Amino acid sequence: MTTIAVPLRGVAAADVHSVVTPSRLSRRLAAAAVIVYAVVATIPLFWIFLTGFKTPSDAIAYPPVLIAEPSLEGYVNLFTTRSRQTPEYMTALPPATTWYDKLVRSRNMVISGPSNFPGRFANSLIVGFGSTFLAVALGVLAAYAFSRFNVPLKDDLLFFILSTRMMPPIAVAIPIFLMYRTLGLSDTALGLILLYTAVNISLAVWLLKGFIDEIPREYEEAALVDGYTRLQAFWKVVLPQARTGIAATAIFCLIFSWNEYAFAILLTSGEAQTAPAFIPYIIGEGGLDWPAVAAGTSLFLLPIVFFTILLRRHLLRGITFGAVRK
Amino acid sequence: MSRFPRSGAPIPVPITAAPAHRGLSDRAIAWLFITPTILLLLAINIFPLLWTIQLSFTNYRANRPNAPLRWVGLENYTYILEDFEVWERLQTTAHFVAWSIGLEVVLGFGLALLINRRFRGDSFWTTVILLPMMLSPAVVGVFWKYLFEPQSGVFNYLVNLVVPIGSFSMLGEVNLAPWAIVLVDTWMWTPYVMLICLAGLRSIPDSIYEAAEIDRAGPWRRFWSITVPMVMPFLLLAVLFRAIENFKMFDLVVNLTSGGPGSTTELASITLKREAFEKWKTGYSSAFAIILFVTVFGAATVYVKLLNRVKNR
Amino acid sequence: MPRTSIAALAAALLVAGWQPAQAQDKQITLCWAAWDPANALVELSKDFTAQSGIRMKFEFVPWSNFADRFLNELNSKGKLCDLMIGDSQWLGGSAENKHYVKLNEFFDKNNIKITDFLPATVYAYSTWPKGSPNYWALPAMGDALGWIYRKDWFARPEIRAAFKAKYNRDLDVPKTWTELKQVAEFFQGREIDGKKVYGAAIYTERGSEGITMGVTAALYSWGFQYDDPKKPYFMNGFVNSKDAVEALEFYKSMVKCCTPPGHTNAYMVENLDAYKSGQVAMQMNWFAFMPGIAKDPQVGGERSGFFVNPKQKIAASTLGGQGISVVSYSDKKDLALEYIKWFAQPDVQKKWWALGGYSCHRSVLESPDFTKSAPFAADFLVAMSGVKDFWQEPSYAELLQAMQKRVHDYVVADRGTAKEALDLLIRDWTRTFKDVGKL
Repeated sequence: MTTIAVPLRGVAAADVHSVVTPSRLSRRLAAAAVIVYAVVATIPLFWIFLTGFKTPSDAIAYPPVLIAEPSLEGYVNLFTTRSRQTPEYMTALPPATTWYDKLVRSRNMVISGPSNFPGRFANSLIVGFGSTFLAVALGVLAAYAFSRFNVPLKDDLLFFILSTRMMPPIAVAIPIFLMYRTLGLSDTALGLILLYTAVNISLAVWLLKGFIDEIPREYEEAALVDGYTRLQAFWKVVLPQARTGIAATAIFCLIFSWNEYAFAILLTSGEAQTAPAFIPYIIGEGGLDWPAVAAGTSLFLLPIVFFTILLRRHLLRGITFGAVRK
Repeated sequence: MSRFPRSGAPIPVPITAAPAHRGLSDRAIAWLFITPTILLLLAINIFPLLWTIQLSFTNYRANRPNAPLRWVGLENYTYILEDFEVWERLQTTAHFVAWSIGLEVVLGFGLALLINRRFRGDSFWTTVILLPMMLSPAVVGVFWKYLFEPQSGVFNYLVNLVVPIGSFSMLGEVNLAPWAIVLVDTWMWTPYVMLICLAGLRSIPDSIYEAAEIDRAGPWRRFWSITVPMVMPFLLLAVLFRAIENFKMFDLVVNLTSGGPGSTTELASITLKREAFEKWKTGYSSAFAIILFVTVFGAATVYVKLLNRVKNR
Repeated sequence: MPRTSIAALAAALLVAGWQPAQAQDKQITLCWAAWDPANALVELSKDFTAQSGIRMKFEFVPWSNFADRFLNELNSKGKLCDLMIGDSQWLGGSAENKHYVKLNEFFDKNNIKITDFLPATVYAYSTWPKGSPNYWALPAMGDALGWIYRKDWFARPEIRAAFKAKYNRDLDVPKTWTELKQVAEFFQGREIDGKKVYGAAIYTERGSEGITMGVTAALYSWGFQYDDPKKPYFMNGFVNSKDAVEALEFYKSMVKCCTPPGHTNAYMVENLDAYKSGQVAMQMNWFAFMPGIAKDPQVGGERSGFFVNPKQKIAASTLGGQGISVVSYSDKKDLALEYIKWFAQPDVQKKWWALGGYSCHRSVLESPDFTKSAPFAADFLVAMSGVKDFWQEPSYAELLQAMQKRVHDYVVADRGTAKEALDLLIRDWTRTFKDVGKL
């Protein structure tokens, strides 16, 4: 099992340019093919984004409309709950003061309150970043210990940690449900954080061990000679060196915990429910409110795209290690 | 990010400027660093797994906590293994896993080869291509349902622009639905395979190609005798990870088809979820979960053995 | 990168995650499905807050995962919901596992007379064991499966003439399933206002309960029985009777002949969408949606009409609807009971109906002007006089799942024959009843 990681080591210098440079023509063809794929694959995403700015009737028009008059109705619907009123009631109302009031009233409806979306989004932030932080923090400690010290049964422990990743979460979902019910962890953010941390930690340990293995031991030894304790050396020398690895690991942990759905629907119902368990079920009048679903999807994608771009340099440099997600 | 966590990690020792031989011993630090991880995994993975095994020999139902608990021995297991419908679900799952991974490998490896030619803007396009895998599979499922709408869906519209075949329902027809889930999964996870392959390609030292150049090996030969063998361990690793993931696939497909039409896209995990959390047959579904786990674990172990053999060649 | 601040932020998020949800004083949460009547209930409840000072929070979940999520919540002894408007079929399980508070004593103490409510609704939404004087809910929302049609299309002379030429009778509200299918076939593929339209939107949903609710609408009209009246839980010869087979085949033929393209996973909302967008001449749907249709900007007013589930052998309708219960795991049972006490008042019930909720209170339903108060009111009374419900057994979810699968396999995925599907269904159901010791 341990040998899985072998090809992944020793590739830190990934950005060395190929000496056997492909010809100009072949590079252009390659670029064209890649761009075609990227464009085709992005159509659905583009369509999602676009749908967020359509009216509900444009969103289900036949044939589909590409250029619709832009509307913020999807976003307004995402953040509010509304109720339909009789024309008499509508005329009796004082004039609308805000643009979103006006928009809703033009549909013969009034805003009856905020929706649950902001709460669910906040839960996603807490659970997603909380568990990512914990997984990386615990992972970096364990990875350091496995990398530097002669831990007894090291290979067995590492194998044990990796094997937990192979376990289908469904195999443990039932007892976790029972356990959380007994401990009162159902529908709490803490419950989800612990669970996602446990799912991510094997990945974090393995990824980070690869990175820490790459950091020359001489650095720490020099620090130790200078009078640092082992902890100080870890803190002041190893951690800064492992920054790239930590960033790449964090992205992969975040992708999982940000998007997880199965456990979220089983273990949360309201207070701690995360956005992926909420977005698929945004109902308007009649069917799914597609513009609101699209708006929610677009907003939900933002943080992770932002985080990825922010750490992109690390991600692309750490691509070789990052590759072992899951 | 690299600031030390104050909560969650057991580091009670304040860091002071003590001489090297003071402070904690290396052994103590090692255990201090490893223990939290092990404890967490024991609590949230191993203990529940053992509990699942125990439950799988009972008739327990989580929605009837007061009903008498009975040990039923291997009854749950024999019932599952003798049920031809369970085998159908496994076939459906196998079809999904095999085709989605096949397509992802072909497309992902191809894209990685192209990107590795390093054209202007390649890292930008790489990032763009990565976008689908950052989405939540559940949300992807819901949204593709929208794209697949027979009347208003943009997928059917675009297909009709290319080949005018008229109205069809990707998710409603028995012959199309299994391919619809393959298509969506391929769309979502090809970038992942591409990423790993790219890692493999970039790990090949240039000196090998230079040597081949000197030997006057043609591009075809270089590809088969250097690129493919060097990337193979990475590709096989990607296949392993994707296969494990797709074997447990739930969120994407359940939101796309809910297993329909009929049961044509009901993957094993969807059945398991229904048995466990809709029918609440806890004992029965625990046995099912164990069977699935053993299948994945067994297949993965065999696969890893093969993988190591490939690598050591 | 400002490391310190990121770490601090992460720590803060973590701590926030640890804090138990702050209990809000004088606020209770009501859980129900996300649909039109729920919005009416929000309106109605404003009066309650004004009178009692108790604020209301609502947790509405779409039907597609309503049962899934709230049964999960009850089974995990969650405290999310103080009040639950749960489906009629949940009663058995919720009573036996004490998810709900038994309300007899409370009714007596507060002088709430259950006899003020329509007996059929009390039987269906409140009692467990069925028909016994043990009340676990107050009938909150009466409902049955009915039909909505395009009155304006039915009234067009050219359409009427074409129909008469083909079927030699006037185009009118169908009285039997045979007529229903003829009307649907007639509209299927017809061009109306330059748009191709289809016959009827009927339930075919796989994931929750959709196709079962649709198929039982046909089965009940063919006189379907779940089991031998003399030998409970013995189903052979009943569930797979000749009439049942015929009804199931008929339903399938309707799905195949007369629904819009791709209408293979449709429940309430898909039917509403198809209807409101002008694609279909008729839709099967719950009475609960009729007030919304009546005031819909596109198809409301005179454009839509309503009719009761057609007869075939007998007159019968699929039961919907819910009672309101107090969740026994709630910390605020007293406040929740206060809500029920308020809700049971005749004046509140009257307003409930006016806002678009289906009151089950006799003072509302039996008032002389009730049948004229809405275009579907009279039909509602007819439907409620002949309703039949799915199993309300504690293991109802398992029974439902089996039926979803067997029926969808046959109707949508073209597997086997109707007889085979029903035989397999008996096999599944028998096993379930054996498992729980009822057979």
